Amino acid sequence: MLSSFWSFWVQAIVIGSMIGCGLLILYTSKGQRKDETTDQTTGHSYDGIEELDNPLPRWWVFMFWGTIVYGFGYLLVYGLANFDGIGKVTVDGEEVTWTATNQWKAEVQAFDEKVAPLYAEYLATPVAELAKNEAALQTGQRLFKSYCAVCHGSNAMGAQGFPNLTDHDWLYGGEADTIKQTIMYGRQGAMPAWGAALGDEGVKDMAQYVRSLSGLEHDAEAAEKAAPKYQQLCVACHGAEGKGMQLVGAPNLTDEIWLYGGSTKQIETTLRYGRAGKMPAQAEILGEEKVHVLSAYVYSLSQDK
Amino acid sequence: MKHETIEKNLPLMVVMIVIALSWGGLAEIVPLFTDKHTITPAEGLKPLTALQLEGRDIYMREGCAVCHTQMVRPFRAETERYGPPSTSGEHVYEHPFLWGSKRTGPDLARVGGRYSDEWHRAHLYNPRDVVPESVMPSYPWLFENKVDGRTTPRKLEALRMVGVPYTDADIEGAKEAVDGVTEIEALVAYLQQLGTVVTKR
Repeated sequence: MLSSFWSFWVQAIVIGSMIGCGLLILYTSKGQRKDETTDQTTGHSYDGIEELDNPLPRWWVFMFWGTIVYGFGYLLVYGLANFDGIGKVTVDGEEVTWTATNQWKAEVQAFDEKVAPLYAEYLATPVAELAKNEAALQTGQRLFKSYCAVCHGSNAMGAQGFPNLTDHDWLYGGEADTIKQTIMYGRQGAMPAWGAALGDEGVKDMAQYVRSLSGLEHDAEAAEKAAPKYQQLCVACHGAEGKGMQLVGAPNLTDEIWLYGGSTKQIETTLRYGRAGKMPAQAEILGEEKVHVLSAYVYSLSQDK
Repeated sequence: MKHETIEKNLPLMVVMIVIALSWGGLAEIVPLFTDKHTITPAEGLKPLTALQLEGRDIYMREGCAVCHTQMVRPFRAETERYGPPSTSGEHVYEHPFLWGSKRTGPDLARVGGRYSDEWHRAHLYNPRDVVPESVMPSYPWLFENKVDGRTTPRKLEALRMVGVPYTDADIEGAKEAVDGVTEIEALVAYLQQLGTVVTKR
């Protein structure tokens, strides 16, 4: 709300300008011929090109007047500074004065009302069961493309550092409710940096040991050297056999899936500097209803394979 | 006054053009300079830290605002995707503001916290690594360039002169806070706070 001085200021300038435009039209058409066109020129000549001096067509002049009349109508409906227009929108079931924000609220509420019963029905259905509902999955896919595809890819197959959601490998667990938990409250991976603890040589040896766990080509001697260190430093999260632990999001090191790459160099980098993969929490951004539908979509991606 | 008089007298035409151009601003902009609603900081709004401020300068230097707006308009289509509409109170400490006017990429007014730091780094190094269909340029030099903290305290001082409430301690510690930090770190720090003052719609 503007102060009354500034409100008057705005109104005076706007109304004054509109009236001024009208006066300008009157002033400039004063003394002009009305309708007849002649071949009289303005006297300007540019490279032999001359300009006819004829009155503006009548329809053109009427359009000028039209815009001014339209302008006053516009102000009457939408208001000007502290003058509320007669335009109304419905917010919270009440007729309120039109403002850009009120119009947005009305638009959002009208839509939410329309989809509320559907979302309520979806929310009441367990995620795993909802994953069989074709219509819900289509909604889920659209939500996924808007909010999730930026990291996980539009085909949900991820990228380096961003998990593939279509396989059967899960950092934090692939049960329907776990997926929902992950989306709602986010996850924070915490692979510590071992560069200082292991030393340069130690990192290289450990990378060989890690590669040995999934049967990749490796230097057996180096791997053997690192084995006792693994049982000391890595076992707490990745387990004695390297199968990982979903409780803390520690990946399985014995499979063929490498979130940060499985080459010797990539594994060494991971060991040396650590990793801190983060899934941002969506509860506040999207709300539980949308997360629920999204969970069903994500869950469905790895079900029929 | 004849049209010809104006047309053939350049200084007069300049004056009249300036009047014509500023006329709309008199009604649309000038009242906002003192309007409470526009000049009151949003609840919880803090000045950018020295690191975030340097990140903001990198954002300006690289011309991010050419393709990215920082202004969620009050339309459902926008608020569904980006979050609550932008409010003037969120921008009172910005000099200049970076609202932008054209979206080749998405709006960034509320990008803070949406994606992980790791994602921003991967994305800025080469956008195609994480978004294959992206047309955004790569910014690999941000990973090598270091922020020069020598001018940072003066930037804070300048902002304090126009009303951003930096304390003496902020200004004193500014150089230390940013010296030698990579540009990518500063930029990500800036991006991750964007729009986080207002979280709920």
